Amino acid sequence: MSLQPLWDWFRVLHDTSGIKLTIFYDAFDRARFLNGFLTSVRLMATCLVASVVIGVVGAWIQGSRSRVLRLVTQGYIQFFRNTPPLVQLYFFYFALGSYLKISGGNGIAVPVVTNFTWAAICLSFYAGAFNVEIFRAGIEAVPRETLEAAESLGYSRLKAYVYVILPLAFRISLPALNNNLVNLVKTTTIAYAIAVPEMLYVANQIWSDESNVPEMMNVLMIVYVALVGLLVWVMGRWERALRIPGYTTA
Amino acid sequence: MVWTPDQPLVSLRAVFKSFGAARVLKGVSMEVMKGQVICIIGPSGSGKSTLLRCVNALVPIESGSILVEGQEVNDPKLDKLALRRKVGMVFQQYNLFPHKTALENVMMAPIHVLKRDQREVERQALALIAKVRLQGKEGAHPGELSGGQQQRIAIARSLAMNPDIMLFDEVTAALDPETVKDVLVTIRELAADGMTCMIVTHEMGFAREVANEVYFTDGGLLVEHAPPKEFFASPKDPRTRQFLDQIL
Ligand SMILES: Nc1ncnc2c1ncn2[C@@H]1O[C@H](COP(=O)(O)OP(=O)(O)O)[C@@H](O)[C@H]1O
Ligand SMILES: [Mg+2]
Repeated sequence: MSLQPLWDWFRVLHDTSGIKLTIFYDAFDRARFLNGFLTSVRLMATCLVASVVIGVVGAWIQGSRSRVLRLVTQGYIQFFRNTPPLVQLYFFYFALGSYLKISGGNGIAVPVVTNFTWAAICLSFYAGAFNVEIFRAGIEAVPRETLEAAESLGYSRLKAYVYVILPLAFRISLPALNNNLVNLVKTTTIAYAIAVPEMLYVANQIWSDESNVPEMMNVLMIVYVALVGLLVWVMGRWERALRIPGYTTA
Repeated sequence: MVWTPDQPLVSLRAVFKSFGAARVLKGVSMEVMKGQVICIIGPSGSGKSTLLRCVNALVPIESGSILVEGQEVNDPKLDKLALRRKVGMVFQQYNLFPHKTALENVMMAPIHVLKRDQREVERQALALIAKVRLQGKEGAHPGELSGGQQQRIAIARSLAMNPDIMLFDEVTAALDPETVKDVLVTIRELAADGMTCMIVTHEMGFAREVANEVYFTDGGLLVEHAPPKEFFASPKDPRTRQFLDQIL
């Protein structure tokens, strides 16, 4: 099935009404917008997964016996929670990134870490810092007695965490996690600032070339509403799938 | 020294325990032989729960000695997990894993902790659930069971680890009167099967019937102990008499 008739329809729309959606009828713009969209989705997916992993591991460390590890985690959380994400991104990219260069074949310094990777690292740690706190609150809401029951059955701390505490803490944490992940999805747009070719960045390129700022702004809004809506829907489904019959967390 | 079944299965010598400034156990000594059922009674706050929790190392003690099958519990090098596999414990609030079904609750520890074969564990778990008379409830989550049913699943969960001794901490205290009986029946059958049990309880009739020896605790001390007939008929210590007068 060819989408050509659809693209043509947008060209006619432009010719008759002046609404200039080049991302549909211009093959070059279409390709760069699609790439931007896919880059955004890839960045979101990477950060969603990584930030949840950071949250789980961080919450585990927060309950560990090692004071040093706890302090390091606490420092990490405070740093990422109390500074603006855009400043963090600049810090990673310009401060750390400038040290991490190797000389390429022609003598020009080549960054070891790409813009995309810096954005992914920074945003994952940013959202991860909140996730640590969210999971820790969830873990603290699991009754001590439940952990004791597991211990009295011979569970080690790690096994009790994996099989008993985490599944319960996760359910308790889901609403707060939901909020933070929605926030993360929205915050991925700051990758724009270090020229990661994500959706906002390519939209900017397109409206500079085509002088269609209002159209592209509308497109961005609609696409972000759709992406956040999809995330909220998936999380809602997940929450329902994890619901325990007869169990209330009060 | 190798432990043999003619020695006490559990033996406590001058066990002391404080929580901060609060001295909770002030030199407790007792011995429990294999197959013996002992009941511990005493006022609230007298250290009964703490005593049980010391036996499976949920609570570290300050001084004294606790031997379980000849193994010193008050030893920093103790393999706590190995100890707890031998010692089953049932709590006042059941403490089932709410996200798992009754059957899964019973099967989890043998699979996760003992790494036993899943099918074999399932067969044993189904048999245990039948033994506590809860056939048909295998797929129910704890939140869908009554207190008495949850408590019997909790007992089955402990038994699935094939422990050598069971600790019961006021396991009927949170139950509706009509479900208390079912749980007591289960424990009585267990005792009749020869399971070694340490039971903290307020059910005097039950203690009188099931115990080989009854202990009375007050203020962190074991005040006296005697076989149930003697204990209830002619308590020696005035504190015991006062407690029994209040409760009976
Ligand atoms: N983890 C704890 N931290 C501080 N105090 C405790 C703790 N556990 C028990 N206690 C105190 O120890 C005393 C004995 O408690 P417990 O052994 O539960 O008594 P019982 O089971 O006979 O009612 C109580 O005063 C209680 O407040
Ligand atoms: Mg108690």
